[in-house]
Amino acid sequence: MAHINVPEGVPGIRSLVMFRPETGKPLYELAQILLRGESTLSPAERELIAAYVSYRNNCTFCYSSHAAAARCLYEDDALIVDEVLRDMQEAPVSDKLKALLNIAGKVQILGTEVKQADIDAAKNLGATDRELHDTVLIAASFSMFNRYVDGLASLTPTDPEAYAEMGVRMAKGYTLPPQPQQ
Amino acid sequence: MFYRPETEAPLNALAEFLLREDNSLTRGERELIGTYVSYLNDCFFCQNVHGAVAGHYLNCSIDDIDAIKADFTTADISPKMKALLTIAGSVQKGGKNVTIEQVDAARSEGATDKEIHDTVLIAASFCMFNRYVDGLGTWAPQDRSFYVNRAPQRAVEGYVGSISK
Repeated sequence: MAHINVPEGVPGIRSLVMFRPETGKPLYELAQILLRGESTLSPAERELIAAYVSYRNNCTFCYSSHAAAARCLYEDDALIVDEVLRDMQEAPVSDKLKALLNIAGKVQILGTEVKQADIDAAKNLGATDRELHDTVLIAASFSMFNRYVDGLASLTPTDPEAYAEMGVRMAKGYTLPPQPQQ
Repeated sequence: MFYRPETEAPLNALAEFLLREDNSLTRGERELIGTYVSYLNDCFFCQNVHGAVAGHYLNCSIDDIDAIKADFTTADISPKMKALLTIAGSVQKGGKNVTIEQVDAARSEGATDKEIHDTVLIAASFCMFNRYVDGLGTWAPQDRSFYVNRAPQRAVEGYVGSISK
């Protein structure tokens, strides 16, 4: 049961933004811009970064839902997602993406863990300033989302099918859910 | 710091609402939560910006704020604030560190659902802001009087359009 009185049966962050839509609005706008806005990183790659950070933060709701979204977006390459979560360094993704995931993983620990050598390595593999900025901000924002969702003990479904359905919806984008009927 | 206006807008809106909008928690109390979490995350810039603003609202010095950060249990703040800072400290470690006992303790000191929600989200959002600032190696003035001097202006202007300044 959640620590506060949120709509019953509604999972994760959805229940929290229904409770407090005034903060839900900028949170969903941030997610939409970061994960679906114009970028040289594909939405699939950005969802993968989000899932990777959430997995490292041990947030079941966030990593399960964003991994599902990433699998939808990767389409025939969906297995990449599970390979990255299993062993990022050995996964079949580009060296540039591995360098960005390395930075995301360090941000997940703390911002000061990111060293110039990590940035240089990513740049040497072709990462742009904008890609570095977005990687850091995705990792930082999921360090927030994970704590928000688990900090209030919001409902975490255990059925993988629930996350598969969420993934299909999330692949289309992030819009604030309507308020529950009073 | 690389500047991206599209992401700055929702970040500023979040900070503005959480820290300044009408709330049963005072602005000073909310800034204190942000300052404390930034201290735990060892983010020099954030704990000094928000520590100075907290001091401005709470009418105390930066040294008083330092003392509260180091040990809030003995500080001259309400039992409810101590309970909420305990929750914030747990959020900083990870969401699952918040216990039912901590939430019950806050409730027994009069904290409402909204106050508990906002405490968790302020703490969580500072875990984002701290990582964003430090992850991109943002330059921060080292002289703490810089932050103290700017606090009254920040208290008036708020956070809309502020991150890039």
